[in-house]
Parts: sequence; C-alpha cells; structure tokens
Amino acid sequence: MSSNTLYDTVWEKHKVAELPNGQDQLFIGLHLVHEVTSPQAFGMLRERDLDVAFPDRTFATTDHIAPTTPQGRERPLQDDQAENMLQALEHNTSENGITFFGLNGEKQGITHVVAPELGLSQPGMTVACGDSHTSTHGAFGSVGIGIGTSQIRDVLATGCIAAEKQQVRRIEVTGTLSEEVYAKDIILKIIRDLGVGGGVGHVYEYGGEAIENLDMEGRLAVCNMSIEGGARAGYINPDQTTYEYLKGREYAPDVDDWDEHVEYWDTLRSGDDAEYDDVVEINADDLAPMVTWGINPGQVVSVDEEIPSLDAMADETARKAAQKAFDHMELNPGETMEGYDVDVAFLGTCTNGRFSDFKEAARVIEGKQIDSGVHGLAVPGSETVRRQCEAAGLDEIFREAGFDWRQAGCSMCLAMNNDSLEAGEVCASSSNRNFIGRQGDKEGRTVLMSPAMVAAAAIEGEITDVREHELTEIDTKTNPTAVVKGDD
Amino acid sequence: MSVHDTMEIRRVAGTGVPVRGNDVDTDQIMPARFMKEVTFDNMGEYVFYDARRDDDGNPNDHPLNEYKGASILIVNKNFGCGSSREHAPQGLMRWGIRGVIGESFAEIFADNCKSLGIPAMTTDQETINHLQSFVESDPEAGLEMDVNDSVVIYDGEEVDVEIDDAMQEALIDGIWDTTAVMHSNMDRVRDTVNELPYVEDR
Repeated sequence: MSSNTLYDTVWEKHKVAELPNGQDQLFIGLHLVHEVTSPQAFGMLRERDLDVAFPDRTFATTDHIAPTTPQGRERPLQDDQAENMLQALEHNTSENGITFFGLNGEKQGITHVVAPELGLSQPGMTVACGDSHTSTHGAFGSVGIGIGTSQIRDVLATGCIAAEKQQVRRIEVTGTLSEEVYAKDIILKIIRDLGVGGGVGHVYEYGGEAIENLDMEGRLAVCNMSIEGGARAGYINPDQTTYEYLKGREYAPDVDDWDEHVEYWDTLRSGDDAEYDDVVEINADDLAPMVTWGINPGQVVSVDEEIPSLDAMADETARKAAQKAFDHMELNPGETMEGYDVDVAFLGTCTNGRFSDFKEAARVIEGKQIDSGVHGLAVPGSETVRRQCEAAGLDEIFREAGFDWRQAGCSMCLAMNNDSLEAGEVCASSSNRNFIGRQGDKEGRTVLMSPAMVAAAAIEGEITDVREHELTEIDTKTNPTAVVKGDD
Repeated sequence: MSVHDTMEIRRVAGTGVPVRGNDVDTDQIMPARFMKEVTFDNMGEYVFYDARRDDDGNPNDHPLNEYKGASILIVNKNFGCGSSREHAPQGLMRWGIRGVIGESFAEIFADNCKSLGIPAMTTDQETINHLQSFVESDPEAGLEMDVNDSVVIYDGEEVDVEIDDAMQEALIDGIWDTTAVMHSNMDRVRDTVNELPYVEDR
C-alpha cells in the first residue's frame, strides 16, 4: 500500500463515502465531455429523470468527429451521423447549462488539449472524461481517469464515480535528454520496458531529473500515454513549471488569490517519506528517438535498432503476436525502421498536438519540401493552438513545405472524421495508438514517433533519424502564449 | 437497456467462445467508424467487425462467426486495452456475451463490464488455454460461471478462478448500477465539495 503520495492525498480529499460493495465514491472535480461517448449517458439521465448535478464543473467540446477544413465545418456537416452527434451534444449541453466550446468557436479542440490550455486542469483535482487519454491531465498533479459511458452517467448525475484505489508505481527518469529526443521518446521507452499491460492495477507517478526538466507540454505528452502502458492514470508532482504555465490562464485561479493556491498545491506533492508499491528507474542519457514497429504501442525500438527476433519473445503467445505484427507491417526481424517507406505524415492529437510540437516539427522542415510521395497533414490540437502557431508563422512553414494546415480535431488519430488512411498506406504519426485499423483502414500501417521524427520522415519519404537533420532556430514572431492568456 | 432478468447476477451459464491472443484492443472489438451512432442499439452487429471479415467482406473463420449463440467469452492477457469506449462491451453483450473469463483485463474494460452486469473473471494462462481448447474441441459443451463461489464449472469439474471483490459484491447484491446508491449520498458529496478549495459553485 502506498502512503503520502500525491495520489493518496488527492484520493482522500475527494472520497465521499465507502459504497456497500467496498468501492469508494469519489468526487470528480472536472468532468470533460465530448460528442462520441456522451449522448447515450445523457439519454440514460433523461430515462431516469435526473439532472446534471454539477453543470459548472462540466465542460464540453467536440473533437472526434470534427472536420478539419473550413468547408468541412459548414453546417449541416456533410456526414449525417456526425451532424447528428454534434446536434445531440449542442442540445444536451444547452439543456443542462453546461459550457460547450462548439465546433466553430474559438476554444474548440481536443478535450485534453483544451482543458489544460484554458487553465481548467489544475493540481489536486480529480478529472474524468469518457476517453482513455484523460490520464493527460495528470501532468498538473491531478488524477485523470478515463471512464465508460455508464460512468459518465454516474458523473453527470452525482458528480462521482465508484472506484477502487490503485497501487502507485514511481517511475524515476534520471539523466538528461539529448537534442532531438523528446518526452514522446521517454514514454515510448517506458511502455516498451514495462509493457502495454504492465500498468494494469497501477497509477504511474513520473519523476526524476528528466521529467522535472520537461516543460508542461512535454509532461502532458508523457501522462497522455500512461494508458498505452495499461496505467489508467499517470501524474507528475506540481512545481514551479506547473504554476508558471497556469498563471493567468482563463480558468486558473485569480491572480489576487494566487499565493494561497500555490501554498495549497505545494501541500499535495508526494512527501519525502512517501511510500510506493513499486519503483522503476529509467535513464534518459542514452535515449534515442523511438519508433513503433508493430501493432501495439509497446512494440518499440530505437530508430537505428534492429526489430526483435521471434526467438527473443517470452513465449508462444508473444511470438504469435509478433508474427502478426510482422505480417501486418510487412517487416522482418533483424530489419531496422530506418528506411521504411512512408505515405502519410500526420502531426497532431492529444499526445503531440500542442504549440511546441508544431514548433519542433517546423524546425525540421523549414525551408524544405516534403517528399513528393508523402501526404503531410498538420492538425492543431485546438483552435487556440492553431492561432498560436499562426501568430508565430508556423503555418506558413508547413504550407510552404507542402503540408496541409488544418483546423483542430482528433482527425487521423482514429479517423472518425474524413481524415483517414487509404488501402495499406503507411503513416508516420505523432499520435498514440498503432492498433490495426486505428487510422481508418484495416490494411493501414501506423508508426508512432515524436513530431520532429514525423517531420523528418515527411521530408525523406521514409523513416529517418531526426538527429541527422539540421534543425533551424525559429524566431517566433510574437509571444505565442499571449494568444491564450489575453481576453477573449 | 438491460439484457438481464434480474439485477442480482450469481451465475452465468451457456456455451463458450474462445478469442485467443494477448492485448486485444477495443479498436479491434469496436472499430471507431461504428461509434457515430448516438445509441448503443446496433452495436451487436458491429462487434469485431473487421476481424470477422475477409478482404472481400465475407465472414471468415473468426470465433464469433463459428461459435454463434455463445454466452461466455474466453480470452487471454490484457483484453480490452486501449480506448475507453463502452461500445466494445455493449457490442459483446448485445451479440450475446453474458460473462468473460481471461488471464487479465484492461481496467476501463473491466469497469465497463461491471457497469453492464457482466462478470469478468481471471485465472492463470494454463487454465485459460485448457478452457479454450476444451471449448474448441466441444463447442456445444455447457460452461458455468459461479459468481458467488468464484468458480468456473466445465467438463464435470469445478475450477477456482478470481473475481475482483467489489465486482463480485456488486453483482451478487445487484448493485452494479451505481447511480442510485451514489445519488442517495448527495449530502455527503456536498460536504466533500465544501472542503475543496477549487470548487467555487458550492
């Protein structure tokens, strides 16, 4: 049993009662809602004649089905089903007094990009959303929990979920990242080492020098992919980096009360005497850019490392899984991912769809052209991110290089809008899942990597080591954070 | 919709369907393009949609095509990983699944099963392999999941399995739909909220 970790503290503060089956009733301080997993929950509420208990703690946006071109966003949407989902969310939010960052509004975007940048996600909160990447919000030192639709019904009706406390695994990432190696590479390495099911039953606490040195956007990327390692939640203790990021954002506490909040947040950090169920150490000094070679996010190698052989697999089931991956990806053991041909380069998502992600990709492509055989797709994680990038001139760099520069949404991460892989295409992707069919075509192939690696692959038309490319220094014309910190 | 006659779920009986492989993700169970409906009503038609069809769109030899009418799904490690979509267990339930037995389950998937009154039991790899092979050799054989005693009964034998305590209690007592019980604690919810510095709308 863990004790005196941030997770223990936040849990105790939000525990309402013990339920008859032994689970805890846990208050959810921030409930994020989107169009795909919520309409059924609102329907169940209506069937039971229940109201939304905490509409002021509930925020909605539309992301999964959002078209990413101006014409595509004209109403009614061309896709009747998408239009229907959007109308359902518009109706459900307005009927229940829930703030909705709508499709053609300035604050629309992916829930896990929008809530952090608006200052909604804060240290010490419990955050829930009908989306597994709710773990993202742990970057602030909150506990973010992905839930199913019946649990959304629970949160809407009571502000609570029924849950059991998990074990806490401390993941200590020592050392310093090299140039062109990023937060994404850290989390891919963690998932490779601990496995896609390694985190089941655990919450991950990320710490150590390499984590503390990440900016908030890097921390969000790490916590985002906790679920790919099987950990439902992952978090980082809040510190000065967290507070500086939050200060002045629209929904962050008033600057007049700021010191009081910081004082409180400081009390939440895991104590020096904190006890963990498990501690794992990973060194970042020699970390290279990581890429997936298979069909789950734990099938990872360094870009210049050989894909494992079947003999290296633990058992027959693992060998079968690897063989299935080789067949799908058309790869052979002993090959490296360097030189693997790419048809699509996709930048964006709740993992890597933030300003710094586009900036790092732009540093790779500035003044260059993407390969003529590659379709480049740059999809900001939110409309705020899009404006930040445009204020800094990044959109021009992408357009001039041959990328499509789009509006915000989940897009080709899961292809619920009309951005989809076509028959057998290979995608160098800054997203989080390489499952078969994930990007919209069952023969499609996904290779996960950092945004800078995606940009390098776009230029070469094949997977390549970004460390061998020269990155430019981009002079951001304006202070990009001013775009979000200012008045509406 | 509930497929259950009663809220108290003490046993599940029927034939089995083995779906072999570790880390079967919810994108396989329910491809995203089928989630554009605002109800779960049709999800039974879409479950394992791509995996169940060949390149021409015809049914292949996927277990869900071969073991029609089965009630108990038998799987390996980390089943239901990835996306939180309840569409996945909703689809399985509407296809006919009433209970799942595996080496392990992804947490959100197991939670979703509990929300739907579907017991999720776990046991070791050897037992799962044996159970899967047994069903493959005799698809018509009946299996029984006894939630009360944490056992699976097949081939004239009782095998001990694991079930999460909270899930077991919730199923036996018929309290797996948690909205009502949590709603009855709303006064205590307000007390909790009053102590939280970040909630202004008290």
